[in-house]
Amino acid sequence: MTNLSDDQMRRLRDLVDAPDLSGTRYRIERRIAVGGMATVYLAYDEALNRNVALKILTLPDSGTDLAPRMLREAKIVAQLEHPGIVPIHDVGTLTDGRVYYTMKFVQGQTLEQQVASHANLNDRLRIFLRICDAVAFAHSRGVLHRDLKPSNIMVGAFGESLVMDWGVAANMREKWTSDSSEPRSSSKNPEPITQDGAVVGTPGYLSPEQASGVKGTIDYRSDIYGLGAVLYFVLTGRPPIPDQAVAVAIDRAIRGDFAPPRSLSNGIPRRLEAICLKALALRPEDRYASVNALSKDVGLYLDGEPVSARVEGPWEKVARWINKYQFIVIIALVYIIVRFFFLLWRGL
Amino acid sequence: MAPDHDISTGGAGGRFPATQYSAIMALRSGDQKERERALETVATVYWRPIYTHIRLRWKRETEEARDLTQGFFMQVLEKDFFATFDPQRARFRTFLRVCLDRFIQREDASSARQKRGGGVDHIPLDLVEIEKSLSGSATYPSPEDGFDREWVRSLLSLATIRLRAYCEESHRGMAYRAFERYDLDPSDSSARPTYATLAAELGTTSDDITNQLAFARREFRRIVLGLLREMTSSEEEFRDEARTLLGIDVT
Repeated sequence: MTNLSDDQMRRLRDLVDAPDLSGTRYRIERRIAVGGMATVYLAYDEALNRNVALKILTLPDSGTDLAPRMLREAKIVAQLEHPGIVPIHDVGTLTDGRVYYTMKFVQGQTLEQQVASHANLNDRLRIFLRICDAVAFAHSRGVLHRDLKPSNIMVGAFGESLVMDWGVAANMREKWTSDSSEPRSSSKNPEPITQDGAVVGTPGYLSPEQASGVKGTIDYRSDIYGLGAVLYFVLTGRPPIPDQAVAVAIDRAIRGDFAPPRSLSNGIPRRLEAICLKALALRPEDRYASVNALSKDVGLYLDGEPVSARVEGPWEKVARWINKYQFIVIIALVYIIVRFFFLLWRGL
Repeated sequence: MAPDHDISTGGAGGRFPATQYSAIMALRSGDQKERERALETVATVYWRPIYTHIRLRWKRETEEARDLTQGFFMQVLEKDFFATFDPQRARFRTFLRVCLDRFIQREDASSARQKRGGGVDHIPLDLVEIEKSLSGSATYPSPEDGFDREWVRSLLSLATIRLRAYCEESHRGMAYRAFERYDLDPSDSSARPTYATLAAELGTTSDDITNQLAFARREFRRIVLGLLREMTSSEEEFRDEARTLLGIDVT
């Protein structure tokens, strides 16, 4: 009998799971990711000679609303033509009835991987600002992401940042069915919690209103919370509510029970912590009024300016000023010291 | 929910009539001939994981492990080992491993163990290849993992053999050759030939390669799932094993 190597075994197993794309212009190269509802493959577009990411329902739709949801997701993303949002190329149905769509294949790292490997905080904050731009654009089109987290953000080889996985997004201009108080899954899987199309989010990054499931409370400020949770990760390297049973994570999210960033690392600047905590405020009305207001504050921090989230004391103001004008301060100090010694020498 | 007599393969049309035959259930048949046929199928898929388990879990040398593997199958046939298998209580894979462990304990307890052979000597034990795998046994986190992985390896190996036979019988030899060159042979994905190279090699067009590969892959899926069904005793076990061992969901 043929003796298969481990690599051959893995390939053949993938093949058993791979969808039949005959009748399409794509061919499967390998599986990239598996979610609760869909699987994403690296596929090759034979008409345009390029790689694409092909997202396909994991199972043929057997009377559920999965296929309409996939189509809806494709349509929502197709509306969002922005450099920070992964573009959709094509949508279709396989011979077995499964809906698929293809999108740009992004080569790079997830924000999760990027934060682990990238030491420079300011560079990470610039990536965060690009993510804010994409989410702000989606909000301007009436679309909420509702599942913002580092693993849904890709950072390309040239620093481009793309917000991925709009599978649980909602268009606020359509009739919105997200505000469900359906019972939660008890799974420990940190996948988005969904219940018959009613999406709650991902434990660890859930806003309090998403966690509580109270009808009519989820709006763009839930995404601002999500961005706050992403910023928390950028600062600390972990989610506000780290791996725990779903029920515990939900309970803590509802109570706003998470450790302030500086309690994990006191090297985090106070102004950044203040921005993060404002975005993560328990009550939506205490958060930033818009994504632009959040990104403006982060931009002000990067420019060494005061931020709206924190009232500075006099010493803090001086420290910020010194930090901002480091070069001038050093030159001035050198001048003063040289001048002092010069005068001292002449006096002798 | 799909009806029980169908399984989804993701293949053309997504569905095909499931093979109802279960070699596992046939092991309990009252007909001796049917039991022997079933055992032959089971032995083909299971000798490798069993041998691996004996080597890793019971730490036996090559010769002894081979004798015990042969002896185990002989006892299965002679003593109707699997008559007590209750699909409601365990997966067949788990049950078999428990039977194997008990068999070895009994063999150890008995000073009268003899060299096994006879009726099941025809089971082809390719020890050279399996010993090569075992020389890197650090890759198995546990004997159980070794058993499971070798089981999947046997299943997929047998599926490739059946695919080749099926393609030859149905005059689709080119489909198997394309499958072999594109999906089976390359040491890694980057070593795959392009469709154009493969087309030139096989004397056809790239479009035809696409079709041949689609056919071979579809049939491969069908054969693997058919084999898995043969190796399980119920629909539930079949789905469960597909998920656990192959990482796929079947409806």
